[in-house]
Amino acid sequence: MEMLQKKAQELRCHIVSMIHQAKSGHPGGALSAADLVTALYWSEMDVRPQEPAWNERDRLILSKGHTCPVIYAALAMKGYYDLSVLATLRKMGSILQGHPDMKKTPGLDMTSGSLGQGLSVGVGMALGARANGWKSRVYVILGDGEIQEGQIWEAAMSASKYQLDNLVAIIDVNQLQVDGYCSDIMPVEPIDKKWEAFGWEVICADGHDMKDILNTFAKAREIKGKPVCIVARTVKGKGVDYMEGICDWHGMAPNDEQCQSALCQIRGGDAQ
Amino acid sequence: MKPIPTRDGFGDAITELAITNKEIYVIDCDISKSCKTTKFAKAFPDRHINVGIAEQNAAGLAAGLATMGKVPFVSTYAVFGSMRMLEQVRTSICYPQLNVKIACSHGGLTPGNDGVTHQAIEDMGIYRTVPGMTVVMPADYNAAKKLTARAAEYEGPVYLRFTRDPLPIYYAEDEDFEIGKGKILKEGGDLTLIAIGDMLHQAVAAAEILEQRGVGVRLVDMHTLKPLDEALVLDSIEKTGKIVTVEDHNFLNGLGSAVAEVMAERGRGMLRRVGLRDRYAESGDYSLLLEKYGMDSRSIVAKAEELLNLGGKEA
Repeated sequence: MEMLQKKAQELRCHIVSMIHQAKSGHPGGALSAADLVTALYWSEMDVRPQEPAWNERDRLILSKGHTCPVIYAALAMKGYYDLSVLATLRKMGSILQGHPDMKKTPGLDMTSGSLGQGLSVGVGMALGARANGWKSRVYVILGDGEIQEGQIWEAAMSASKYQLDNLVAIIDVNQLQVDGYCSDIMPVEPIDKKWEAFGWEVICADGHDMKDILNTFAKAREIKGKPVCIVARTVKGKGVDYMEGICDWHGMAPNDEQCQSALCQIRGGDAQ
Repeated sequence: MKPIPTRDGFGDAITELAITNKEIYVIDCDISKSCKTTKFAKAFPDRHINVGIAEQNAAGLAAGLATMGKVPFVSTYAVFGSMRMLEQVRTSICYPQLNVKIACSHGGLTPGNDGVTHQAIEDMGIYRTVPGMTVVMPADYNAAKKLTARAAEYEGPVYLRFTRDPLPIYYAEDEDFEIGKGKILKEGGDLTLIAIGDMLHQAVAAAEILEQRGVGVRLVDMHTLKPLDEALVLDSIEKTGKIVTVEDHNFLNGLGSAVAEVMAERGRGMLRRVGLRDRYAESGDYSLLLEKYGMDSRSIVAKAEELLNLGGKEA
């Protein structure tokens, strides 16, 4: 548990530094998903950094693709590529594109960035894994604003039709989208009841409580005959006080001073 | 043999191919009956996925299957297969170059009496503009079978466009096709007719009329719009100078535009385009629509003669 919390802390530092160096990017939603991604890469998912294309690996689709620094940093920390690569984010010739490109970044399972598309791809992957007799589980991280997209619900219907118990949708409910609170822009609640109505097993979790996250993943593995939706309550910008719950930090890079302050806070605090 | 729609060629081919290629999947969007994939669904229920009336999901789901080594064919009407799911095809399939085929019935004006909502006149032009996409329209049942097989072997995204309406059989069953290689069906020195898909039959009839009037016609089936067989276009410019393109599509950004680009960059040759002239058609019988909107064999002859009367091989 302490190891995971340390990893999450390190991950958050990389996220802030990368976006600071790139002078653009999306820190808010990357920080809100940091604990979930840490739990996935260091506990839940079966992957082989030395063999990124291993057939039976678990898959992760970051459907909210703009928050890719959280995945890029995790992949570097796992050893898919050198940590120094993180400084090239969003720069010409980099393997780390502004939004995820599976052909450029080792360890990345899907190209994403246009909101709403990832869950359908996850359904296809889960169907394919089952048909191949692979034990692979498929995880799709969605934003709460993102589920305003109609395609999400098309995909949700098909996942329950095909009883995909190897598919887990994780909704990072940080309550904010570009223009403001989801509840003002286009209300998405009650999220849990909606997914239940679409035939999914819904498990609610505190997306910043590592113990709760691990328990939730464990529970999800027990569910048979239907897909699982984890509704993870989070805080946008989590870990950096001036970013927490502030809409503007959806897509803004910290300046030198802000970056220093953020790194101090993350390192100084316990990242919780 | 009586005329058959090319959608039947797709349906028959995909069912035969799936016997040996165990990775082939068909993703339907509730219209398997009219896309002719019910035979496949019956023979391979485990490899048939019906997502209902949800085309965007069909495209994304196919992308996911492709990452797991499958060869999915998404089957719907050309209007939906090009426009309703365009961004999904662009970002989730073509950008990462996943091995997904978009196989669409109801190309061009062939769903005539269904009217404008179901007539696809922009689809090939749209997909021609998407990097990494291959665009193919076979001219008859046998060509549809063969080109479906070629698409299944090809690694990467392919857009296949078929017809709802029956078309005469032009090709022998054992005729070979290669994606990206047009076919010269007739040689002549005065003019080249370059046709794609169902319009090949109008071009064949037009060539006969022109030949009766003493015009030497080279006839080309350009079944692959992209990548365009530029060598064949250039050769036709050298041999005949004058070219008429013939397509069941908006005359913007389809075959006529693709050929015009090659001609303009070479700085040689003269062109007329036959196609729907940047407008919507209406409900009606397919052949009557072709006549009314200037796309039948007589319209092709008129365009050809307009070009021939200008004289000279160079503009």
